[in-house]
Amino acid sequence: MAFPTTYQPSFSLQLLAAWRRFMHWLTSAHVILALLMLALMVYLILVPLYRMIETTLTYQEKDIHYVPEAVTGEFTWFHWTRMLTDEIAQVMTYAPLQHSLVISIGATLLALLIGSALAWMAVRTDMAGRNVINTLATVPYIMPSWTIAMAWTVLFKNRTSGGSPGIYEFLIGASPPDWLAYGPVPIIISSALHYYTFFFLFVSAALMSIDSNLEEAGELMGASRWRILRKITFPLIVPALLSGFIMTFSKVMGTFGGPNVLGIPVGYYTISTMIRADMGLGNYADGFVLAIVLILFAMTTVYANQKVVGTRKSYETIGGRGFVAQRTRLRKWKTVLTAGVIVFQLIVAILPLAILAFSTFMLIDGEYTPSNFTLHYWIGESTPTISNGVPGVLRNPDVYKGAWNSIALSLWTAFFAALLGVLLGYAIAKGRGTRLSKLVEQLAFIPYVIPGIAFGAVYISMFAKSVGPIPALYGTFALLVVVSVAKHLPYSARTGVSAMLQVGRELEEAGQVAGANAWERFRRIIFPLTSPGFISGFLMTFITTMRELSLIILLVTPSTQVLASMTIRYLENDDTQMANAVIIILVTLVLIGNWLISLFRGGSLKKGLGM
Amino acid sequence: MGTSILIKNLTKRFGNVVAVNQVSLTIQPGTFLTLLGPSGCGKTTLLRCIAGLEDPDAGEIYIGDKLVFSSAQGINLPAGQRNLGLVFQNYALWPHMTVFKNMTFALEIQKMPKPQMAQRVQESLAEVQMAGYDERYPREMSGGQQQRIALARMLAYRPKVFLMDEPLSNLDARLRIDMRAELKRLHHVSGATTVYVTHDQIEALTMSSDIAVMKEGVIQQMDTPDRIYRCPANLFVADFIGSPKVNLLEGRADGANSIDLGKFKLAANTRGATGHIVVAVRPEDIAVSPTAAPNAIEFKAYSVLPSGADSTIVAQREGLEVTVRVMGNSKIKMDDSIWLTFNADLLNLYDKASGNLIVSS
Ligand SMILES: Nc1ncnc2c1ncn2[C@@H]1O[C@H](COP(=O)(O)OP(=O)(O)OP(=O)(O)O)[C@@H](O)[C@H]1O
Ligand SMILES: [Mg+2]
Repeated sequence: MAFPTTYQPSFSLQLLAAWRRFMHWLTSAHVILALLMLALMVYLILVPLYRMIETTLTYQEKDIHYVPEAVTGEFTWFHWTRMLTDEIAQVMTYAPLQHSLVISIGATLLALLIGSALAWMAVRTDMAGRNVINTLATVPYIMPSWTIAMAWTVLFKNRTSGGSPGIYEFLIGASPPDWLAYGPVPIIISSALHYYTFFFLFVSAALMSIDSNLEEAGELMGASRWRILRKITFPLIVPALLSGFIMTFSKVMGTFGGPNVLGIPVGYYTISTMIRADMGLGNYADGFVLAIVLILFAMTTVYANQKVVGTRKSYETIGGRGFVAQRTRLRKWKTVLTAGVIVFQLIVAILPLAILAFSTFMLIDGEYTPSNFTLHYWIGESTPTISNGVPGVLRNPDVYKGAWNSIALSLWTAFFAALLGVLLGYAIAKGRGTRLSKLVEQLAFIPYVIPGIAFGAVYISMFAKSVGPIPALYGTFALLVVVSVAKHLPYSARTGVSAMLQVGRELEEAGQVAGANAWERFRRIIFPLTSPGFISGFLMTFITTMRELSLIILLVTPSTQVLASMTIRYLENDDTQMANAVIIILVTLVLIGNWLISLFRGGSLKKGLGM
Repeated sequence: MGTSILIKNLTKRFGNVVAVNQVSLTIQPGTFLTLLGPSGCGKTTLLRCIAGLEDPDAGEIYIGDKLVFSSAQGINLPAGQRNLGLVFQNYALWPHMTVFKNMTFALEIQKMPKPQMAQRVQESLAEVQMAGYDERYPREMSGGQQQRIALARMLAYRPKVFLMDEPLSNLDARLRIDMRAELKRLHHVSGATTVYVTHDQIEALTMSSDIAVMKEGVIQQMDTPDRIYRCPANLFVADFIGSPKVNLLEGRADGANSIDLGKFKLAANTRGATGHIVVAVRPEDIAVSPTAAPNAIEFKAYSVLPSGADSTIVAQREGLEVTVRVMGNSKIKMDDSIWLTFNADLLNLYDKASGNLIVSS
């Protein structure tokens, strides 16, 4: 018999070595953090998604009205067949889906046109006042997305939905046609005017980063201007256009404010407003089916875009290197174009607010005469004959409560988003290249592809009942914070990772060699070096949360109203002036926040915009 | 005062890349060992494995008699507990801390009393001739000054082992030469065992007591600088070391003391070697004469490149090209006929197939 001659460590020794290696891995700070983050995201993202799908696949209590033999909690395809194949599906699903697509595509294309044209003029022509154009281009995006929609109704509403005439009818005498007053056309226009900022920023960054040598090379070879634009410039900005496209498209798909203000009065439902309607009726499962459909659409676009543009580009803005490119001379068109652009921007940025403000001074909605002027909606005492006795907004404790809620929500969200950004950034950047790090990063990316209203819907299913140690959060302020933080995870992760990556790994390793433990390294090296990034991320989150509506509309209750949701509630009660006054307060708060940001980093919104 | 380092069968993979492949090294206390090799050969990875910044896949590392890494036993001591200092290629000075704070970071962790700490900082700054810079921030200093501070930061906590990853590569040529002398002096004074990474062979040859030449994660030869230069263990090392490059001439040995290079034969001590071989001869080991000499072979001066202290001559004969280095400014003109003498005692012979040294000079 032959004996093995090579040394074989005993099984127990091997086991011990494996155990030590495992513990070594498990006790490194970034692994601990990554595992914690993983658990958190499973809980905040995957479990809610799972619960939502589960709900659509089981009988709910209400289903007994439709299916007599339904047993609550049993598996069924009922909701899916009902929403996708029954007769009712046309009204409940397909029409809204079609509307959502029409609006998203229309608004995206219009925004693309406006945004890239302005970007090209601001970057590549000798137009005057380019700084003004740059600044004004971000203003519509800073305002809540449905501001323009609300101003639109003040201007163009007609009597189709009952109620009072708009300014247009008052001035012209004739009622504006339905297509102009409500439905897809105004929704598309108002959304495009809000979202063109994306295209403007992406495209101008791309244009600035194009080395003008590339174009000059073409010029030297004798190519015409137009040919250069088509063959050289355009292909170079395609990634920027696609990024803008994907962002705008998925935002508009999930947007609630505009379609609610301009679509509902004529029964023009989109997926998002339909989800809300279903939820309002207590048909959660139906709403969830729609939410899933919406998520699938958004995901498809994002992944299609990634296939085309290459991984993750869509999710990153393109950093401008700031070449001084040769500018196209506008010659005799210069004055006209400059004036035209600036007037256009002023109209988009200021006119809506002016109209809304104007309407709040009209005692009776629709009568635009001096005698009708009032300050009641701002400072009036409660009068039973006006707005069911609701006092003016500045005297109304509900409004103060809402404003406070808005601020508190934004602060908490910004705080937790920054905190998670630090943790996620460390876990992902430190473990870069490992499967765990990739998993954490991918999970953190998921909320990006879930439209706001669907994300809110997900959270209804999750926190309606208490599960184990987690209380039923539905109806609480905490839930609003949780959902806002969760929806913000992609941006937190992004801010965190880029802040961490800016700190070269040697800086931390030098601390490691010097004997500092993970906490010391974090406290004395990493945190001091990354904090500026996190502070500006904090401020950015603060103002984006302040004007968030789609995400929380399904989750607010009377006691947790924020300003954004109050505008919708007032509109639904036909208190147009109140709604308009509240949105002006909201805009004011947002502008103050934005001003603080510019003080802090002396720059524009560009860096963190929408991200 | 230094300590020994023992590495056994160390392997580190990144995906499919084997960055360090079965490396075994013994580094005596006080040695200045240079890891030398082309870009991507695994020098940095090996250094980081010693430092404890990389998690190797297999093998063992002892520092002194302490086992700091063993895959079989699952041991991996954190970098901070290995009592070594590391100078990074980009210095990695903490930009938000003054020089003083940078230098006391490790001392604070060791809970050294304040007065002693301040004294240590002054000493270490003096050692790198940077006294008085303690309140500067890194960005307020030149590259060379930052480099010295990076050294001082390491010296401040008196580690037993110095690890340096191309510490001079970011300096300009002049400063690099000055710093070589300083570093060598520093090592001499402190006596710390030093592992130094570079891909600059002059740096390696001038500073080290030992050089380990690496290629694709494998140590090709570890020896004194003189032996590495004189007797490269294989064609890779021969080709990598030396500037201008060594002449590699392919030929056949037939057992007698001569090598057939095709166009002519070369007298050599072949010690019985036969078959396809490669002759390696350093450019300075070939004698040049403007006139015919016994046993000399006629070449044509294809190009003459004087550089002050010496001149390089590229000589050609029937498609064979040989580089020769002569002292001083050569009188030879381009296209002149020249006669080269190959000293049989200064030739290294390599097996063509394996590339290994078979006969050394
Ligand atoms: N973190 C990493 N992830 C993946 N591969 C790596 C990593 N670090 C090094 N490698 C690979 O391992 C090999 C050795 O790299 P290493 O940095 O040790 O080379 P080097 O000899 O220091 O080169 P240089 O002289 O360019 O610094 C290379 O092929 C490199 O691409
Ligand atoms: Mg290296």
